[in-house]
Amino acid sequence: MKSPRVLRVAGITTAALLAVGTLASCSSDTGGGDGSGVLNITLANHVWTDAIKESLPEFEQESGIDVNLTQLGEDQLSDQYNVKLNAGTNEIDVMMYRPLQEGKLFAQNKWVADITEQVEGAEDWDWSDFQEGPVEATTVEDAVVGVPIITEREVLYYRTDLLEAAGLEVPTTLEELEAAAAQISEANPGVAGFVARTGASAAVTQFSSYLYSEGGTWIDDDGNAAIDTPEAKSAYEFYGTLLREHGPDNVSTDMSWPEAMAIFTQGNAAFYTDADSLYKNAVDPASSTVADTVGFAQFPAGEDGSKPYNVPSWALGIAAESENSENAWEFIQWATSQEKMLELQQAGVPGSRVSVWEDPSATEDYPADLLEAINASFDVGVGFDRPLVISVAEVREIVGMPIVESITGGDVDAAIENAQSQFQEFLDDERG
Amino acid sequence: MSTGSPQNDRPTKGALDSFSHWANKHRKWVLAAPAMIFTALLIAFPLGWTLYLSLTDSSGSVRADSEFIGLENYGEVLTDFDRFWPAVGRTLYFTGGALAFEMALGMAIALLLWRPFRGEKWVRVAILLPLVATPVAVGMMWSLILDPNIGFANQALSWFGIPPQPWLAGQDTALTTLMFVDIWQWTPMVVLILLAGLTSLSDEPDEAARVDGASAWQRFWYVTFPLVMPVFITAILLRGIDALKTYDILYATKGKGGGSFHEVETLNVYAYGLSFDYNDYGMSSAVLIIFFMMIVGCIWLLTARKKRSNR
Repeated sequence: MKSPRVLRVAGITTAALLAVGTLASCSSDTGGGDGSGVLNITLANHVWTDAIKESLPEFEQESGIDVNLTQLGEDQLSDQYNVKLNAGTNEIDVMMYRPLQEGKLFAQNKWVADITEQVEGAEDWDWSDFQEGPVEATTVEDAVVGVPIITEREVLYYRTDLLEAAGLEVPTTLEELEAAAAQISEANPGVAGFVARTGASAAVTQFSSYLYSEGGTWIDDDGNAAIDTPEAKSAYEFYGTLLREHGPDNVSTDMSWPEAMAIFTQGNAAFYTDADSLYKNAVDPASSTVADTVGFAQFPAGEDGSKPYNVPSWALGIAAESENSENAWEFIQWATSQEKMLELQQAGVPGSRVSVWEDPSATEDYPADLLEAINASFDVGVGFDRPLVISVAEVREIVGMPIVESITGGDVDAAIENAQSQFQEFLDDERG
Repeated sequence: MSTGSPQNDRPTKGALDSFSHWANKHRKWVLAAPAMIFTALLIAFPLGWTLYLSLTDSSGSVRADSEFIGLENYGEVLTDFDRFWPAVGRTLYFTGGALAFEMALGMAIALLLWRPFRGEKWVRVAILLPLVATPVAVGMMWSLILDPNIGFANQALSWFGIPPQPWLAGQDTALTTLMFVDIWQWTPMVVLILLAGLTSLSDEPDEAARVDGASAWQRFWYVTFPLVMPVFITAILLRGIDALKTYDILYATKGKGGGSFHEVETLNVYAYGLSFDYNDYGMSSAVLIIFFMMIVGCIWLLTARKKRSNR
């Protein structure tokens, strides 16, 4: 027998190893996959996905390709890509991803294939019909790595009945928005004047329109952090004050759009700012108790005018290790064809093709005021809604901190100063 | 080759014989081999790999080129007072608090259930219910109950004139609230283990103490508790390890990074974020290795204590 001491040490080590189960998550694995005729498609939970899912049989029949669809929530989707693509799997062929969030990272990691030749070679499909901004976002260092499928802009959602009862006009400036929110919440106990995302990371994209409209931005022309400018400060303070003073009672600081949207659609808030691509949630009686009384308007103007973001939120790419890239490209062509995109846009998903936007039938079911707000945003929109860096997730937490500090009534100046120095350090680090 | 049969006649028999002879001689190794291979493959290899990663600047993709940077990651982690040390503090607070309540409550409930009584079966089933619920569902259920505006918890408080509490939404209250959710869910397991220990005890020492006129408290403290001590320590070990690595309810209620202020970010949540949000595998591995050493340390302390109590 070995000495009891050795056994004990071995026992302790084993127990501790079992305790740190997470360790195994980083282990390397060459992955399975059979490279057969089945096309593996990984999509996020989205109105787009629901619509495309319905017409998948049509694609399978036309092309003779069997499709295997995996559908996941946003965060779970990112984690899946992380685990599987890190392991070099060939189990993923078509991947739906967020160009502004993960595009640079995926391209740098060589997780997405360069499809420049394919997009430029497909003349009937017409790459030049795609909007300029979205195309820029899916092009990394002159290589096209994705085809934009969904675009979105920040708009103002409001309750027509509450505004009417208060005798108010639709706010066109941020100042008017604050005054209207204050007046309505005072007159209607239990109803918040305003609601929006509050989570440090989740709020960043929606806060960006406030930042731009006040004249600020994330990174200045010299590539330095710019969130401590007076413009940025006033945006941070405005967004936080709006939620703190006129937002829901005991406002949580973990809200992303599902939570904030729920407060609005349950009739507990008068104003809400978020992406236009979510509008179905507010006007569909199945998910909204205020479906009949929702109005839309262009994002209110700040010191520097109305500058909502206008971004491609999702794109389709082909995994670099895919052994099925020809079929993958065929699927992407089908899903982003002019015909299909028109159909999807009619179903309520704002797309990325110029010709589709020009076609009146694409948006005939959209609320008229929403369409007006969208069209106005095209002219003044900013092409990004978060700092354009490689490790976006990390940076969102940094620049989002002052938002939360401002919502909870903390020391915003100190938070901004702290965030600015961390952001600068991060940028220096990333540039190497 | 124990038999004299010619080899070309029955070659397999000779090979089989020699194998069984060998296997017989090394019986303990042969029997233990599957477990040892399993351990080596699924535990030692990942640990070794993590250790290796922790000494590199691996980031972005694990398969990308990375440089060996020695202990730099450890230096960075150990001097990180923004995220790492607060996470250590939260891990210890959560584990210590949950464990203390779970052990005390668990012991009390186990003692109540020890002696047979009417309706015992129903009470046991009711007590075990939280244990069989999946943690993510538990997290979601409690987020609803504890919602500051529409949750049942604040409504119940209002019946007694107590002002509404922020619970999970509060920067200062979130971790403690989750600690109590953990206590709610896992005390039954402690009860189960302790009850098994109590039932296996002989009645004689207790009866002897009774005859000697010991009070109920004295009988518990000087007779029952010392006897059940080994089981008690086993329960601490099992629950303690589990509590240290709690992840599910934290993630289900507060999401990535443990909330906007990282208010419930424990070491496990932090390491996960470093890996999956920041793609910084070197740092993440260093945090995990340090976490691992902490757990080894805790277990070592406990088993040393157990050994002493066994003497």
